Amino acid sequence: MQVSMTVNGEAISREVEPRVLLVHFLRDDIGLTGTHWGCDTSNCGLCTVLMDGAPVKSCTVLAAMAAGHDIRTVEGMATGGTLDPVQQGFMEEHGLQCGFCTPGMMLTARALLDRDPNPSNQDIREAISGQLCRCTGYTNIIKSIRWAADHQSETAGAATEGS
Amino acid sequence: MTTPTQATTPAAARTRTPIGAPGRLENDAKGGVGTSPQRPDGALKVTGEFAYSSDLWMDNMLWGVTLRSPHPFARIRAVDIAAALATPGVVAVLTAADVPGRNVFGLELSDQPVLADDVVRYQGEAVALVAADHPEIARQAAKKIRVDYQVWEPITDARAALGHPTWNRLHDHPAEDVELSRSAAAIHPKGNLVRHLKIRKGDPDEAADVVVRGEYSVGMQDQAFLGPESGLAVPDGEGGVDLYVATQWLHVDQRQICTALGLTPDQVRLTLAGVGGAFGGREDLSMHVHGCMLALHTGKPVKMVYNREESFFGHVHRHPAEMRYEHGATRDGTLVFVNCDIYFDGGAYASSTPAVVGNGGTMGIGPYVVPNVRIDAYGVYTNNPPCGAMRGFGSVQTAFAYEAQMDLLAAELGMDPIDLRVRNAMAEGSVTPHGQTIDSPAPVAELLQRLREMPLPAEPDGADIDLRSLPGGVANSTHGEGVKRGVGYAVTYKNVAFSEGFDDYSTARVQIEAHQGNPLVVVHTAAAEVGQGLVTIEQQICRTELGVENVIVHPKNTDVGSGGSTSASRQTYMTGGAVKLACEAVRDRILTLARDRTDAPLDDAALVDGNIVTPSGAVLMSIADAIGEAVIEETREHHHRPTEEIDPETGQGFAHVQYSFSAHRAVVDVDTELGLLKVVELACVQDVGKALNADAVVGQIQGGSAQGMGLAIMEEIVVKDGKIRNPSFTDYLIPTILDTPPMPIQVLEYADPHAPYGLRGVGEAPTISSGPAVAAAIRQATGLPLTRVPIRPEHITGT
Repeated sequence: MQVSMTVNGEAISREVEPRVLLVHFLRDDIGLTGTHWGCDTSNCGLCTVLMDGAPVKSCTVLAAMAAGHDIRTVEGMATGGTLDPVQQGFMEEHGLQCGFCTPGMMLTARALLDRDPNPSNQDIREAISGQLCRCTGYTNIIKSIRWAADHQSETAGAATEGS
Repeated sequence: MTTPTQATTPAAARTRTPIGAPGRLENDAKGGVGTSPQRPDGALKVTGEFAYSSDLWMDNMLWGVTLRSPHPFARIRAVDIAAALATPGVVAVLTAADVPGRNVFGLELSDQPVLADDVVRYQGEAVALVAADHPEIARQAAKKIRVDYQVWEPITDARAALGHPTWNRLHDHPAEDVELSRSAAAIHPKGNLVRHLKIRKGDPDEAADVVVRGEYSVGMQDQAFLGPESGLAVPDGEGGVDLYVATQWLHVDQRQICTALGLTPDQVRLTLAGVGGAFGGREDLSMHVHGCMLALHTGKPVKMVYNREESFFGHVHRHPAEMRYEHGATRDGTLVFVNCDIYFDGGAYASSTPAVVGNGGTMGIGPYVVPNVRIDAYGVYTNNPPCGAMRGFGSVQTAFAYEAQMDLLAAELGMDPIDLRVRNAMAEGSVTPHGQTIDSPAPVAELLQRLREMPLPAEPDGADIDLRSLPGGVANSTHGEGVKRGVGYAVTYKNVAFSEGFDDYSTARVQIEAHQGNPLVVVHTAAAEVGQGLVTIEQQICRTELGVENVIVHPKNTDVGSGGSTSASRQTYMTGGAVKLACEAVRDRILTLARDRTDAPLDDAALVDGNIVTPSGAVLMSIADAIGEAVIEETREHHHRPTEEIDPETGQGFAHVQYSFSAHRAVVDVDTELGLLKVVELACVQDVGKALNADAVVGQIQGGSAQGMGLAIMEEIVVKDGKIRNPSFTDYLIPTILDTPPMPIQVLEYADPHAPYGLRGVGEAPTISSGPAVAAAIRQATGLPLTRVPIRPEHITGT
């Protein structure tokens, strides 16, 4: 079947089998391998992307269900050559080690900060509670998202100037 | 921002280089040893550009899958591949008969077939391989392979596998008097004992005022790295192969692959692809030989990616352990003796069981001074899943037992558990049960005292309780009624790097040239970056030793000598040491070149901020000017000081090169009615000798602490009749952020004079002491003995 959607601002149309999951569509058909695949059972959250601005585990969405929707992946987080403050936060606060969970964590954080620019640490914990990290013990992930919240306005301004 | 860079590939090699092959890592971060610069792979990882082994791609590649045994113990009578091979899209189906070299591999003992040819010894053992043009076709074809099994009853109890009639009989007789049956129910031709380590120190008949005894067991833990086993094998058209793979030790992989393929090392070239965590689970081979076999057979690149269920069968796990301990002390709390028997279930193949027995045995009573010690540690073959390396291997299990014993003894004596530990704490100059004098700082008592002085988290305020802070969370299972708080402590020590006479080394190649008037360094090692941040450390050491800011990390591959394993907390020590040695050699050559350009004395000169400077800081010339058009390259091996094999009868010997010390305090709220838990805080104090990168050190401690906590309260591969019952992240739980508490950390830096920069390996110790502290806190809250981990709700409620 023909499936059309917007991925990172770009109109995409592909012929796919109806059974194909969004995670495999993104990775294998579009070549966006920054969305990771980790468990098959929708437990790990590595495959989290934004669908119309809301985080979804892309292993729970058929590519066909994403038709007509706006998908954002980690490859679409930086704008105009400037990293999203969430991306900067993960670099500043040592928020990643192996980095396999990082794209999904960052996209959930982006959706959280879009909804609430100044979340409490408890809010941050809840937001990423459906996603696993095996390296960090999560503490630095909270700090990374906190960094992004604290620096959002200044870097957003810089991004606007740069774009 | 930091600009991510990917190296361009030479045109000649491009046809065989996959998309996602690693490039050189370069960033504009600054900072040498003792600072915390950003990772050189950080920008790639936050933009999604960093390619993991599961992201590798070639347009003409095939997909490989593995057919695995459904039975834990069976004879293979016949394998029929005809229907699978006839499936449209299938290019190859291979079995044991197709293994080109010796059908065997193994880390320490070569005891495991690449593909089972006669007997399968565990559920999930690889039997056949399929390559097809689509992964789904390969999977469907694998189901059409007909294997005729004669199913045998599996041997699933480690002591039964050794022929011990009962646990009690073993206790009644010293272990060496019990006839260990090496022939009964043999899973391997030489019997089921992999290793028996005996330690005998002092007088076994010494009497004590107070004696406490306990039996403890530890379940099977999974590394649960998030990036699945995967790789891409690319045939070179001349009989050789390039393998891009996520692994922990490229050269030991290469050795095993060469044996299995019947090829020479120059024909089997490995490159480290992006690694999504490891924790020991990638120290053994997974798809390596299989992918290469399919690639060489088909003449096409072959990619293999395990799914999560297959991953549970595709790598070794942490050994389950059964332990019996007896501690004797004087009335004032001085330890007189410790006797213990430790059984590690190694599963069907040896993997690193010998080293696990070595660690579990030699450090089996914890960081305490005890004059009289008897330790018997066994590693045993069974038909359970193979077990091998996992962070803290061998020591994680015994720490649960010896720290529970220390609390039991404190209670029996009416002593404070910390006071008892401090009274018996090891210090510099102490002698271990295996007769090794600790010859560097051992701040065991200070770790505990600092923990005791750290402020405790606030007690819950009864008036306005946030459900999220309670056991059960928003499930609304309690509003505080039935909830009791416990506080527990544990301390440990763990050997760093490889032990018992192994000539452990790492290799580093460092190159420097002047590029656009500035010195540019390239550091090349084969030491695996698995997330821990070794690539950052390599840059930092080059910056410090050579006074150069711009340091590029070369892709990790077998074009340079072995880096040894990324395990045993050893890479900063071993590869960091190798990079330091190579830098020193490069520095000598820079100064030799400089002598041609100046008459100034250079014997005491240093390389700082791109210049050659005198001891007083005066700039003599720039490094770039000294180098001129030259390209300087030096390669050095770093061997740690020799260790000794352990005497087989007494267990005495200088076995370990270095020890790492950590202690934890856990605060846990327990809903005693439902058995639900909330770990409120997990505090850690660790001595790291010298923190080369403080951010990375803290990250290791936090991540390691969470894994140890996971084993204490939730993580277990449930094995029944030799079969894994929970091979998924739905049923095998690892801590989420809601399970993971705040983790205040103090890092001490007491230099080890024998180690580069005085550093101590960091990664494993916090995984060892965190779990026993959590278990102790739950015991304190409930008053229950809780001798098995993970502790489950039913252990608390008794239902």
